[in-house]
Amino acid sequence: MADAQAHGAHHDAHDHTPPFFVRWFFSTNHKDIGTLYLIFAIIAGIVGGAMSGLMRWELAEPGVTILTHWTAANPADVQPDEYTAAYNFYNVLTTYHGLIMIFFMVMPALIGGVGNWFVPIMIGAPDMAFPRMNNISFWLYGASGILITMSLFVPGYGSNLGFGGGWVLYPPLSSATGNPGPAMDLLILSLHLAGASSILGAINFITTIFNMRAPGMTLHKMPLFAWAVLVTAFLLVLSLPVLAGAITMLLTDRNFGTSFFDAAGGGDPLLFQHLFWFFGHPEVYILILPAFGIISHIVSTFSRKPIFGYLGMAYAMVAIGFVGFIVWAHHMYTVGLSVNMKAYFVAATMVIAVPTGIKIFSWIATMWGGSIQFKTPMVWAIGFIFLFTVGGVTGVLLANAGIDHYMHDTYYVVAHFHYVLSLGAVFGIFAGWYYWFPKMTGKMYREWLGQLHFWVMFIGVNLIFFPQHFLGLQGMPRRYIDYPEAFAYWHGVSSLGYAVTLVGMAVFLVAMIDAFFIYRKKAAANPWGEGATTLEWTLPSPPPFHQFNELPRFDKNAAEFH
Amino acid sequence: MINESAKRNRKTAMIVSGVVAGMVAMSFAAVPAYRAFCQVTGWGGTVQRADAGAREVLDRPITVRFDAAVNNGLSWRFKPEQVSQSLKIGETKLAFFEAENQSSRPVTGRASFNVTPAKAGIYFKKIECFCFTEQTLEPGERVSMPVTYFIDPKLADDPNLDDVQTITLAYTFFPWETSGGGGDAAAE
Repeated sequence: MADAQAHGAHHDAHDHTPPFFVRWFFSTNHKDIGTLYLIFAIIAGIVGGAMSGLMRWELAEPGVTILTHWTAANPADVQPDEYTAAYNFYNVLTTYHGLIMIFFMVMPALIGGVGNWFVPIMIGAPDMAFPRMNNISFWLYGASGILITMSLFVPGYGSNLGFGGGWVLYPPLSSATGNPGPAMDLLILSLHLAGASSILGAINFITTIFNMRAPGMTLHKMPLFAWAVLVTAFLLVLSLPVLAGAITMLLTDRNFGTSFFDAAGGGDPLLFQHLFWFFGHPEVYILILPAFGIISHIVSTFSRKPIFGYLGMAYAMVAIGFVGFIVWAHHMYTVGLSVNMKAYFVAATMVIAVPTGIKIFSWIATMWGGSIQFKTPMVWAIGFIFLFTVGGVTGVLLANAGIDHYMHDTYYVVAHFHYVLSLGAVFGIFAGWYYWFPKMTGKMYREWLGQLHFWVMFIGVNLIFFPQHFLGLQGMPRRYIDYPEAFAYWHGVSSLGYAVTLVGMAVFLVAMIDAFFIYRKKAAANPWGEGATTLEWTLPSPPPFHQFNELPRFDKNAAEFH
Repeated sequence: MINESAKRNRKTAMIVSGVVAGMVAMSFAAVPAYRAFCQVTGWGGTVQRADAGAREVLDRPITVRFDAAVNNGLSWRFKPEQVSQSLKIGETKLAFFEAENQSSRPVTGRASFNVTPAKAGIYFKKIECFCFTEQTLEPGERVSMPVTYFIDPKLADDPNLDDVQTITLAYTFFPWETSGGGGDAAAE
């Protein structure tokens, strides 16, 4: 596979791109595959975002009034079974919104998209270690996307379409008892393929980062985004096989008469929860670590200072990754763990606040005394730090088993993980998008449109999710289509926030259309000035189809490249 | 040069693939490990087996309540013959459950069991129980099924169980033959 690179080295770098079909469908070029991942993530983001829109629309007022338009023949006169179908539809929406946003939006955007685009460039490599495996990774994602879409349109329970048992797929809801229909089977197969894709991608990243750094770039001089992707890749390799194992057991329980999770045959449904969260907790760090890397680059660039505490930042991510594997049961405090077990998981979970705190404080220390420019990527990055910290604080609160018994499965939890993921990871994605957009496309966007996008979105998402803390404290449980009048006020505010966010997304769309078709301003190789020190800024914008035919060399004694 | 680096890449990829395979293996090894763990520690209310009764009987009274349930796939009636029993910790007691096959064919069932609160599992010892083996009932047959148990006096030494005055022993009967084919039973 390295032959492909050897061939590339003989080509003239700039003008030789394969014809359209070969270039985009048989692609082995890390930048093209990165672009494909980004397009995939944008499409998935629109689908997942539309699903949350339906949920917020339904929840804007008490009563089941909106989703019945999809399930009832005559919405003015809804039959009981049509109400049931609407309840199921709502549960399907929450389930698929979660799965799509996690597996098909954030992961492809941060790891497949930005990771593929910039990890090889940042470490001075001509491409990924296994370019063809990279192609397989992407198209497995495509197949996985088709399967999850199919599972939306086949029966899950009775004649109800889709699987509505929550993204965590707990049996017995996900076993043949709860959802005997093919929807769950297709979902399992879809996750198998997505998992295989991510594992192959992770192998590729680990090999690339370990073996293909430019001469002189030691691990301790590697940019923090590459560090973030390296740690993420290890988390993927260690956690995804466990999910694959668990859902394989689920599949054989459903179809081949085993009873891993079936009490009737001596199994235990709780075992699934342990296996799932052994994967699930590292998974949330898989989602956020690449964003950490992006934020480090942006904060350093626009403060015109090297990142504060580089080694601490790198090893904080390693520490977060490690501790992430030994805290899983804090998702299952209510299953009947013993007091001592809970005490351990409380303590271990709170330990995560230490390396995370190192990161937050190092970002602030980087800004401290810096010559700060509040360009679009920087305001997104500062927004990220603020929102992620809010989510982190509620996380420390929820880590307490005693409090969690009250909060478990309420909107407080929903608000918490949306602050770290929907606002954290997504703001990280947008920060990275605005930071590298000139590099990837060779075009500038209008600065004020980026700023407007940020402010509308910032207000919108806070309006959505901050009131959900109040709802949770008042006792509003997750995953319900309806609620008593008492919760109506904050649900109304939350839905209003969705409308504001939607306007923000429209601004984003306008900003992009404007950048490509109206503004059309060419981007310089380095539009951000002296603060941008990583290797991608030494290449033209957009970078040549094949870069670094001549490997960049680094003086071993020089400062880090970050 | 190229071959050298290709070889190195392949080696790294093989090692990482080995880690992936190892993690898949570990996820399946978790199944017996989890079961063994629960049996040894009594977590999740897993009750223990004993060959003989306790050596001493303490002066601390405790109430044991009984609960019986039947899986939908089994056409049995199943209920405890006593709601609860009062006993001293360490005292060996005998309780009975009544089961009746309401179908017109012989049916075999097997009971799963645990106790609540879960933390009492390690101290709840059964000497003999109908749940140790599967039970077959002829059509219409009604039987009284015994369980012999005691509460381990070590319970008194565990401060976490100071608040426990009642332990509930629960059984659920599942069909034995079709236990593998859960899919068919649930599809109805």
